[in-house]
Amino acid sequence: MFKKILIANRGEIACRVIKTARKMGIQTVAVYSDADAHALHVQMADEAVHIGPAPANQSYIVIDKILDAIRQTGAEAVHPGYGFLSENMNFAAALEKEGVVFIGPPSPAIEAMGDKITSKKLAQEAGVNTVPGYMGLIADADEAVKISDQIGYPVMIKASAGGGGKGMRIAWNAEEAREGFESSKNEAANSFGDDRIFIEKFVTQPRHIEIQVLADKHGNTVYLHERECSIQRRNQKVIEEAPSPFLDEATRKAMGEQACALARAVGYTSAGTVEFIVDGQKNFYFLEMNTRLQVEHPVTELITGIDLVEQMIRVAAGEKLPFAQADLKINGWAMESRLYAEDPYRNFLPSIGRLTRYRPPVEGPTKGGGIVRNDTGVYEGGEISMYYDPMIAKLCTWAPTRAEAIEEMRLALDTFEVEGIGHNLPFVAAVMEHPRFITGNITTAFIAEEYPEGFQGNVLDEELLRRIAAATAAMNRVAEIRRTRISGRLGNHERHVGEDWVVALQGHEYAVKIEADRDGSTIHFAGGGKHRVTSDWVPGQPLAALEIDGERLVLKVGKIPMGFRVRCRGADLKVHVRTPRQAELARLMPEKLPPDTSKFLLCPMPGLVVKISVEEGQEVQEGQALATVEAMKMENILRAERKGIVKKINAAAGASLKVDDVIMEFE
Amino acid sequence: MKDILNELEDRRAQARLGGGQRRIDAQHARGKLTARERIELLLDEGSFEEFDMFVAHRCTDFGMQDDRPSGDGVVTGWGTINGRMVYVFSQDFTVFGGSLSETHAQKICKIMDMAVQNGAPVIGINDSGGARIQEGVASLAGYAEVFQRNIMASGVVPQISLIMGPCAGGAVYSPAMTDFIFMVKDTSYMFVTGPDVVKTVTNEIVTAEELGGASTHTKKSSVADGAFENDVEALAEARRLFDFLPLNNREKAPVRPFFDDPARIEESLDTLVPSNPNQPYDMKELITKIADEGDFYEIQKDFAANIVIGFIRIEGQTVGVVANQPMVLAGCLDIDSSRKAARFVRFCDAFEIPILTFVDVPGFLPGTSQEYGGVIKHGAKLLFAYGEATVPKVTVITRKAYGGAYDVMASKHLRGDFNYAWPTAEIAVMGAKGAVEILYRSELGDAEKIAQRTRDYETRFANPFVAAEKGFIDEVIQPRSTRKRVARAFASLRTKKQSNPWKKHDNIPL
Repeated sequence: MFKKILIANRGEIACRVIKTARKMGIQTVAVYSDADAHALHVQMADEAVHIGPAPANQSYIVIDKILDAIRQTGAEAVHPGYGFLSENMNFAAALEKEGVVFIGPPSPAIEAMGDKITSKKLAQEAGVNTVPGYMGLIADADEAVKISDQIGYPVMIKASAGGGGKGMRIAWNAEEAREGFESSKNEAANSFGDDRIFIEKFVTQPRHIEIQVLADKHGNTVYLHERECSIQRRNQKVIEEAPSPFLDEATRKAMGEQACALARAVGYTSAGTVEFIVDGQKNFYFLEMNTRLQVEHPVTELITGIDLVEQMIRVAAGEKLPFAQADLKINGWAMESRLYAEDPYRNFLPSIGRLTRYRPPVEGPTKGGGIVRNDTGVYEGGEISMYYDPMIAKLCTWAPTRAEAIEEMRLALDTFEVEGIGHNLPFVAAVMEHPRFITGNITTAFIAEEYPEGFQGNVLDEELLRRIAAATAAMNRVAEIRRTRISGRLGNHERHVGEDWVVALQGHEYAVKIEADRDGSTIHFAGGGKHRVTSDWVPGQPLAALEIDGERLVLKVGKIPMGFRVRCRGADLKVHVRTPRQAELARLMPEKLPPDTSKFLLCPMPGLVVKISVEEGQEVQEGQALATVEAMKMENILRAERKGIVKKINAAAGASLKVDDVIMEFE
Repeated sequence: MKDILNELEDRRAQARLGGGQRRIDAQHARGKLTARERIELLLDEGSFEEFDMFVAHRCTDFGMQDDRPSGDGVVTGWGTINGRMVYVFSQDFTVFGGSLSETHAQKICKIMDMAVQNGAPVIGINDSGGARIQEGVASLAGYAEVFQRNIMASGVVPQISLIMGPCAGGAVYSPAMTDFIFMVKDTSYMFVTGPDVVKTVTNEIVTAEELGGASTHTKKSSVADGAFENDVEALAEARRLFDFLPLNNREKAPVRPFFDDPARIEESLDTLVPSNPNQPYDMKELITKIADEGDFYEIQKDFAANIVIGFIRIEGQTVGVVANQPMVLAGCLDIDSSRKAARFVRFCDAFEIPILTFVDVPGFLPGTSQEYGGVIKHGAKLLFAYGEATVPKVTVITRKAYGGAYDVMASKHLRGDFNYAWPTAEIAVMGAKGAVEILYRSELGDAEKIAQRTRDYETRFANPFVAAEKGFIDEVIQPRSTRKRVARAFASLRTKKQSNPWKKHDNIPL
């Protein structure tokens, strides 16, 4: 076994590889750029080598710099993680030349699978299903219909030179195929001056399901079942799970065996992933093979109990796989949520900056019999930089069933505190509450279909609102009693905290009576119903872990006048807890619309314009950087207060401005 | 007998109706609560004891003798906020538009006298059209009587003004002399002369909201210390502020049970100061991470944001915080920030509230507007305030402490009790670049030499140790343990006694 390995990566995946290496007694070497000098992976590794400036093309993906780091430290093998150099055959080859082991597949396999056309051809040869289609020239409409009949409907008729949906038709029968061919051809000729047309199977209700394979250098190849990755936003995976809620045993086996056949065909070793697209009838077709460890590998680890990184290292060191296909069973269900520094309320605009608070849930077994795992590369007080992938963490949960795994994920997300930057946690939490997701009736279009207008926060159902109302009523009582214990009270005339309260949240009002005892409180709702609330929450704690009628509920709480800001299940609520009289008077207060902030970006301080980040006519999102103004030698980034279009820019870089000078105008 | 008792109830019921149901409805329609409803929300339920419910005016001009409603347009009395005593007056807009008469003023004066005598704060709720014109000079006399009491009460008991409607003309000078003014957005305004007079005299056309609304006074004039969305929120936040304040100048700041470890370590503070000295960071993160339970009651947050002031608690006890804010104007001192902080420091000193100062100041803002505006005397106010303060003073320098601004910001030399510095502190006359340009003027042509000189200067002065060697810094501390160090410092100062030489009063450069 290796004594020392180098991890040619950063962030959570570098940390994750270091963890396994440490467990195996292998020393680790981290590499880092200027931006990562204080990063977690650098702190965790036994040694760290600086490899250059922040941009990846000057550090993490410069092969020579990694080779230098290897020479400096005497590392015997390199784990590339994902991204960066992980699927770069030149890197694998360079390591080979250097006599250093690449913890990954042989370079010919990387090369073969790296090309879309070659890989599809190889897959076909290996007996793997590919999307049926006809690549040759199609003479006329009759031929087009003939081909379509052969492929089976629906089919997609596409212009070779096409793009952006132009020259594209979907046909559900022969008649439509004929019409589609004619119109596509015309459109293609007019738009692109190239009327070549091809036809392929149109995959309906597409799901993205992939097979994890693992192969050693002794001819053993196994599959570790599938991962369902259909929840994607603009081709970026957001939520993954294993197994898939859709596959049956026969399909799973067929997909697994095809994946292994492809791996064998290209002489694959190490861990790899064969991606398939699966239609509503469980027909599956090869998409591509990823010749590296996948981001979402933890869900496979959770259901198989196998440490994939460990197996990659062992395979690289020449060991045999310690299990056969028959040993690989699916145990329970695992979910993964990718937390990105992307603000869901601002159209998922990347958000960078300081993590003023970062407290992931406790990893390991949960009270509910599940498991929480969090792969992360950041820490509280750390910086999310603009240079790299905006992923903060991969939060995974495991439980015996899918429903329980989802429930564990909801609780883990509610417990996960991330402040200081915008992030997609509320969005992921909302998906976990979505009926379509809960039933597993998902496709790759799920987010586009269910959130066509973007995300404005989750709307909670009444049952959950009542539970939150009960929780906050009980918490408010604790806070009010503390207030009455202040020094300097008028003796014998202390304030008495009453039992009757009115809780207002998300447009609902609940009148409640609190019956408190030593262990907790029972909240009686006017008009019937009650909830039993127990919690050890004390005022000031940002996280309230409660049990409502014995069920766990976790709330992120902040203070607002006469109540709390409560965040949970993807909702961000203002919860007011008032006495009946206060509530009565509060109802008299007018509803205020948010003020119409001006259509101008004004210079907030006297200073020098360093940079204008947008152009006239450009659409900007709320929070987007518009300009940078330097004052007192400090750079201040001015951001858009809301979505809009830049109408006119009045200041250029280098301009010296006074307070309230107009920098730009919006439409 | 029964009839007599019933008559009392009838009279009370009549008085409680103020100007009648129609006017109460009109008040509600404007989004405002009535004088009595406001008191209900301000005080603990059922704690209000009213004075002078049956007082009526004595005016006989303009037919006034026929309309003498009980209470005369102001509700006064005392009650408790979380069990602590407070005196309160609340002007009733439904009675003669809340206008101030001689008797109306007498009612206010009565509770102010009692407040000073008994050592409890006064909260005034202002909603008044101004002087009662029918009473003429008697009304003006009434104002002056109130003013005189504001002055006498200043520094003896805390005074808080809530502006919940119009407050114009002479009326503004009563709140102006209280410790804190809060306004309600869209329904309150304050000005000495209203839009009509402004138009007549200067031809300026301006709305009441632009001239004296909550936004104007919290952002531009700094007359108000905060603004809230509506009456209900304003009254709730007034209760929250009240819990930070002592009852009078003879008592310590209040303490309440707290649920936060005084020795809490905040590792993230180690990375708060960025490695690039020109990059700002948010000083409020430090304040909330040092405070008990992260609770910070900020005062004047929309004005002179280059300095941050407000109240926190440490080990349950109120502490006043003053902090430079690198996010705005690099945290420099200027006219506005000096005035803002100076007044706050003097409030804390007057009421025995310990002061915690966080320093990251590159100096005073240069420029003609500052010099013409008198930054010399305004800056001196903050210096003066810190220097005369005898309450416990703990200071933490996080980064820059340059030049005269170093001296001003509660330095050791101004009788600072504990002066801490983070290892990232740079205590010097000025930044390296500026210093080298002056010291090595002759070498300015030689970029390489200057770079070396700059590096030398940085090595020598861009740290806290030169000051620590001289004892100007008591200890260099780890950022992560700031809460623990500050809490222990204040704990050790609980018995602090310090006094200034006898004087009638000082002569602060006003």
